[in-house]
Amino acid sequence: MGLLNKLDDPYYGGGIILGKVEDILNWGRSKSDWYLQFGLACCAIEFMAMNASHFDFMRFGCIPRTSPRQADFIIISGTVTFKMAERIKKLYEQMAEPKYVISMGSCSNSGGPYWEHGYHVLKGVDRIIPVDVYVPGCPPRPEALEEGMIRLQEKINQQAIFNKRKRIAEEDKQKELIINN
Amino acid sequence: MSETKRIEFEYSQIDSERMRLNVGPQHPSTHGVLRLEVELDGEIVTEVVPHIGYLHRCFEKHCEKMTYPQVIPYIDRMDYISAMNNEWPYVMGIEKLMGIEIPEKVEYIRLIFAELNRIANHQIAIATFGLDAGAFTPFLYLFRDREFILSIFEKASGGRLLYNYFWVGGLAADVHKEFKQDVLAIVKQVRETNKEIADLLLYNKIFIERVANVGILPADVAINYGCSGPVVRGSGLAFDLRKDAPYSFYDRFDFDVITGHGEVGTVGDCFDRNIVRFHEMEQSCRIIEQAIEQMPMEGDVREKLPKKIRPPKGEIYTKAENPKGELGFYIVSNGTDKPERIKSRGTSFVNLSVLPEISKGYLFADLIMILGSIDIVLGEVDR
Ligand code: SF4
Repeated sequence: MGLLNKLDDPYYGGGIILGKVEDILNWGRSKSDWYLQFGLACCAIEFMAMNASHFDFMRFGCIPRTSPRQADFIIISGTVTFKMAERIKKLYEQMAEPKYVISMGSCSNSGGPYWEHGYHVLKGVDRIIPVDVYVPGCPPRPEALEEGMIRLQEKINQQAIFNKRKRIAEEDKQKELIINN
Repeated sequence: MSETKRIEFEYSQIDSERMRLNVGPQHPSTHGVLRLEVELDGEIVTEVVPHIGYLHRCFEKHCEKMTYPQVIPYIDRMDYISAMNNEWPYVMGIEKLMGIEIPEKVEYIRLIFAELNRIANHQIAIATFGLDAGAFTPFLYLFRDREFILSIFEKASGGRLLYNYFWVGGLAADVHKEFKQDVLAIVKQVRETNKEIADLLLYNKIFIERVANVGILPADVAINYGCSGPVVRGSGLAFDLRKDAPYSFYDRFDFDVITGHGEVGTVGDCFDRNIVRFHEMEQSCRIIEQAIEQMPMEGDVREKLPKKIRPPKGEIYTKAENPKGELGFYIVSNGTDKPERIKSRGTSFVNLSVLPEISKGYLFADLIMILGSIDIVLGEVDR
């Protein structure tokens, strides 16, 4: 993060950081994301392998929580069926803000191998909850999930905390300009 | 043999209100998306109703719409922990329908991969069972070893978890040159770790206190419910399709069928079911060693692959010993390149049905151990 380098700055003898509160909050959030321990289907086995010694998910600062109330993000790892979709929505709603979602595997991205004839499969979990990062693969390799985690951290680092409405309105204006031109 | 932990009491003598509790589908110890509706009297379980269908992925519908080779990936996704074993009875059935003779090398590679996958499956089963009891370290050790097995699968098939490797009449690709040495190295590694696991987890006093005399499944109940695999062998019955109805080359090898005999408690308790899995890993190692010795390295694994897979009209039931028990496929062919119907006998589904029977009268915390000892995979329960 380079944060410690900043501390070497000779301002008043060092140990002082000049920065935005937003940056520090985002830095803290992105480096200690706790996730909901929750598996759905085949992808959950790869997710378990990710937790184990070879890939070691905890070095991202991720700690499994069994209650959605304590979780910062949720990994949808597997096929979402209609019967399960209701539950997933409820779990997501129970999580405290700020909350993020990683969709792992083609099943939760789009229905995957069950896209065409799966009469009981939801064609993408983004139809019920908003998704931040999509990880493709059937199942994705643990390395791919690591990449997804890094992307999520990047996303958290850039997020706006103050004056959100104002900023979003400005962004929307710019988007409209681009569309109109 | 110590006395049983089962708590005996007369329901009518206690005036307490029963409570109905919901467990799952996102409970960390239900091994997937199983939902249990439990009725409790204080802390004692009086009734368990499993609710399934949270992972119903329309297997039979897909079989109607897909051609024969296209069905294989869906079979992988049924019991996703032991995908190699799943594919086997299916391709065996179609080969029998079409009358294809399999080259010896192919059969040996299939057998070795099936046994390796059996080890990987039992590693996960023991690891998650330990996790349910609160032991995290064995989980790390076993998953470390599992990665070595997966690397062999990956070299051959390209997939880490779901392989689509057994094709009708052959294999998707040949094994690499140093296959034999690599497999033997893994066998050695597995044996070493198993010694550690026995000390760390299985014969640990705390663990034994937790699992001995819990969830006793008598042999006659196991037969009545149609259980198979380590669940029925834990109850002391030596039922193993590899010995009782030998398919492939299993009659050429020397190995034992492991049964539970109440080492620390009563026959058929959670400890027995778990220890059967543990010793089966050693037997698989023995089979692999013998198979590696006999296996020819020359030959083409793709030479017998048929151009068109169109089995003649007819029907067949094939079964094989999956790590979890007997997996069977009933295939009906109507003479075209798509099956008329494929019905599978899901092992986990049948084994799960015994849960309400054996968990009555135990403490609620024991219910989690009993469920863990049955070793279910929800993909196979719901299909
Ligand atoms: S994406 Fe593939 S591996 Fe993942 S849950 Fe779906 S079918 Fe299973």
